[in-house]
Amino acid sequence: MKLHQSILEYRKGRYGWWALLLILGAIVLFGSHNDFQPPNGGTWQGYILGSIGLALIVWLTTLGIVKRRYGKSNVQAWTSAHVYLGASLLIVVSLHSALQIGLNVHSLAYVLMCVVIFSGFVGLYFYRRYPHLMARNRRNLSQRQLFSELNDLNQKGRALAKRCHPNLASAVDTAIDRTAIGGGLLDQLLGRDGSTVVLIEKDKKGGVQRRPVSNRDQQTIIGYVAKCIPRARKQGEAANIQSLLEVVCRRQTVTRQLRQDIKFNACLKVWLWVHVPFTIALLAALTIHILSVFYYW
Amino acid sequence: MTLHVHIAIIGSGPAGLSAAARAAQRDRARMEAGEISEPTHILLESFSQPAKTIQRYQKGKFVMAEPGFLHLRSDCEFGAGSREAILEQWQEDIARNGIKVRYQAEVQAITGERGNFSLALANGDVVTAEVVILAIGLEGNPRKLNIAGEGDSALADRVQYTLDDPEEFNGERIVVVGAGDSALENALALSKKNHVTVINRRAEFSRAKEANLNAILQAINDRRTTLDCLYETNPAALEADDDGINFAVETPTGRKVLSCDRIIARLGGFPPRKFIESIGIEFSSEAIDAAPILNGQYESSVPGIYVVGSLAGYPLIKQAMNQGYDVVEYIHGNDIKPADHELLEFQFGLLPYRRPPDELLHLFQQRIPMFSQLNVLVFRQLVIESSIWVALEGPSFENTKKQAAELAEAAAQRQPSPKTGKLIRAGESIFQRGDYTNTFFMIVDGEVILERHEQSAKPVRLERGQFFGEDSLVSGRPREYTAVAGSDCVLVETPRRTMIKLLNSNDQVRRGIDWIFTVRALQKHFAPELSPGELREIAQTTQLNTYQAGEPLFRQDQEGDCLHVIRRGAVTLQRSSEEGDLVVAQLQADELVGEMALMGEPVRRHTAKASVLTETIVLHRDSFMKLVNLDSSSISQLQARASKHARTYTTMQAQADKGSLIGFMMGEGMGEATNAMVIDESLCIGCDHCEKACADTHDGISRLNRSEGPSFAQMHLAISCRHCEHPHCMKDCPPDAIHRAESGEVFIDDSCIGCGNCVTHCPYDAIQLAHTPQPRQSLFSWLLKGAPDKLSIGREDADQGASGAGKKAVKCDACMNFANGPACVNACPTGAAARLAPEHLVKLVAKQ
Repeated sequence: MKLHQSILEYRKGRYGWWALLLILGAIVLFGSHNDFQPPNGGTWQGYILGSIGLALIVWLTTLGIVKRRYGKSNVQAWTSAHVYLGASLLIVVSLHSALQIGLNVHSLAYVLMCVVIFSGFVGLYFYRRYPHLMARNRRNLSQRQLFSELNDLNQKGRALAKRCHPNLASAVDTAIDRTAIGGGLLDQLLGRDGSTVVLIEKDKKGGVQRRPVSNRDQQTIIGYVAKCIPRARKQGEAANIQSLLEVVCRRQTVTRQLRQDIKFNACLKVWLWVHVPFTIALLAALTIHILSVFYYW
Repeated sequence: MTLHVHIAIIGSGPAGLSAAARAAQRDRARMEAGEISEPTHILLESFSQPAKTIQRYQKGKFVMAEPGFLHLRSDCEFGAGSREAILEQWQEDIARNGIKVRYQAEVQAITGERGNFSLALANGDVVTAEVVILAIGLEGNPRKLNIAGEGDSALADRVQYTLDDPEEFNGERIVVVGAGDSALENALALSKKNHVTVINRRAEFSRAKEANLNAILQAINDRRTTLDCLYETNPAALEADDDGINFAVETPTGRKVLSCDRIIARLGGFPPRKFIESIGIEFSSEAIDAAPILNGQYESSVPGIYVVGSLAGYPLIKQAMNQGYDVVEYIHGNDIKPADHELLEFQFGLLPYRRPPDELLHLFQQRIPMFSQLNVLVFRQLVIESSIWVALEGPSFENTKKQAAELAEAAAQRQPSPKTGKLIRAGESIFQRGDYTNTFFMIVDGEVILERHEQSAKPVRLERGQFFGEDSLVSGRPREYTAVAGSDCVLVETPRRTMIKLLNSNDQVRRGIDWIFTVRALQKHFAPELSPGELREIAQTTQLNTYQAGEPLFRQDQEGDCLHVIRRGAVTLQRSSEEGDLVVAQLQADELVGEMALMGEPVRRHTAKASVLTETIVLHRDSFMKLVNLDSSSISQLQARASKHARTYTTMQAQADKGSLIGFMMGEGMGEATNAMVIDESLCIGCDHCEKACADTHDGISRLNRSEGPSFAQMHLAISCRHCEHPHCMKDCPPDAIHRAESGEVFIDDSCIGCGNCVTHCPYDAIQLAHTPQPRQSLFSWLLKGAPDKLSIGREDADQGASGAGKKAVKCDACMNFANGPACVNACPTGAAARLAPEHLVKLVAKQ
């Protein structure tokens, strides 16, 4: 026995074998069509395949209920079966339809089902790949610990900056204030960084200009702080700025880690926004499909 | 001034107060009958108020009325409640009963004999009495600083030896002298509003509890807190000053003067033993905590002097009050049965022989050699807290079964209901191998058969006077054998807490249990054919060693001449090389460490370190050789085990990543776990279904925190109870509310008073205090009435009174009541969560 088993490995892929058997059975059944009764959803074979498909779809949707009835059943077993049997649906239902696709409610149900199944595949891919990447990205820390480290770095950075030139202090302050992590769904998914920093610079006329510039990946502020080191005049100032540079560089790493973590978390959830609503749409289309079939018998 | 009385009672704690109340009631009856004109008793108290020990409790402390099954027999009232309510009640009782009490009356000497004792008081007065009741407790008088200026009346209210309410002081400069728990607790509480300096005579705080130690060190090192400490410093002199007190102290760098507003000296008390011995009273042994020798009526070796209360070995308030009542009745010649007499009758109700409880107690004690020297009263208490098992055969079992049902019914009708004996059929098991129970059994009659499950092991037959179950008590591990009751067998089953208390206070019992533990370990591992008698000599050559977490048993490349049998705790073996340290194995209690040095290469291949607090039996080469010469039957087994160990250790050595993962786990305390939640981060999608499932199945409060806790190499130890072998939380639980289920789960029962001791003791943050849950609302009622007002929950709890915020401790119970196993693991959709014991973990990691 292994310490931990993934959903695909669960009980040596027991439900994968079930799904394979189901597919083989469906193919045999489909093969029993003859010339008098060409393949169609309306033959007795078609009805059996359709009934299996319907039963499977209804059963697959119950995962949403089962996983919330805590303490009653083993959700991993259900999920493993959900994945394998859900995938087999692609074959079973295709055989049921005999690939007669048209512009009608029946094909709509078929297309919706495909969307649900393929979004499930995407989810499975995310589930298999991202947790591993997330753990590697967080480097044995939790998201809360990363945020609290960022908070400590912010305090440290501000305290160090206070002892430097006011322009540098203000730059560091605004860089901290204007660091953007997370945001809307797209920002989260793409890991976009809208951080800015306000730099105080002399303009051509000799006046002072406050200019907000992009601080993507904290590059601008790191460059700005680094540039200040050789220009330090007072004793000990260079050492102080050096420490400040260490803090802003560490901030860069932590904000990168956080942004990545948020991105992965968003991916792990976003596929469900397709999978679940399309399942509901599928159930509606399926109901119409069945009613209309029997109505026009 | 001389006063003559019939009964002089010294000490006005629960026992003394209750005795005085009884004496006062007796006097009142005689006065009403016209036999006497004035009271013939006196209660002498050295302090200015009654019940000094309880006065010293911190303000608002909740006082328990344990043991719950004992009823109170006293003319004074007592029930669980706050310190203030209890003290107020006793003041009232003193007035109501007409107790003649003299405060500030410290007795310095007692001379004379029955009928004519003379008590010399500190102020020069003398009280003569026919009999004396000593109820002075164990606390003694507080130790003073004993330095110049201490007696100065100008400082009287600024140098104190107790602290009632730390909240009373604000913005003062306070010096706390002492390094014990009470000193540290006071210093920490005062430092919130005052500037506190702690004076420690030593270089470290070695006497303090771990929780207090950690808190004080943190406070000392934290620059933001107003608490500092002077080490290796002794008080030298005191002087009143306009600005407060000038407190001169001797520091390692010379004399310093501290200017302060207040001095709180918490230096412990003078144990009263010297005083008691000066009266001529004999003690049962030289041990510090030995109790005086008393007869069944509490009379000491000096006729006419009676001893009751905690000094007599009864630390609980209710017991002490009952004794106070009883002792006065005995003095008046009324041979009443003690209040716990009835409890014993219920306990002994199923025995196949009928005799008065006192006689049975005597019989029991005589039959168990280890306890024959124990104080009669201590043994009585031990039996009261224990359960009596009776195993009978065929017809007599059927007959007694009816009797047992009647007894249980009679017990249930009483409030509080007493314990009754347990009846089983001869041949049934008392406990099974693998059970996590940790009680201790003594055989009073009949025999018990211990069945080991290893093929080669023969069953062991134990007889009257022997005991078993000590291995789980010591190691915290599940039972290693099944115990089967023989016919007409009578057993005393003592709970863990009672046994631990006895082991800590009685050397003789501890030595007895240690000895049998060693003999049985030697028998099991090396010489199954030898009898305990034959092993006696070799057992005496072994040593018991204790190691703190991280301390080495032996080091790599040293020459070894001994092996260790782990008694409790866990040991990691690591091999150091140029690439660093690598953990190759984790060994639990009952395993051998370092046997290779005696069976092959004497130079140690590994460093063995205790991963948690560990105790081992050390067996030296000579003794080992003697053992295997006497009994060669286990040599081949030992050799097979040694070669298997060598193989696994070397395989692990070749896999550095696994070694470092195990090393990390053990570093995080997995060595003492029995059931810990291990999450594979490469599978965890962070859905928190585990937490939701936990909350859903446990009153809406999740007992696990998935995202927190240490991680390493994609393995994550979530914050959740690990069900330790020796649960830290069980230490100091006042109502004894934390238990271990037979199947191993550690759980908290409803008697929790929310004191938070377990929260402090748990090193893994697995326990939290939470409000008692509201009943779950159905969807329908939620739609109709809406969600309950959260604020009203808090208000209700506040009204509940003494338990304060109304919070109780909650923790993971590993879903012991669910047939499907832990809800968190079952709810994990991706198989990332698993609950494991360390030995399985190590095996699975090695296999991966």
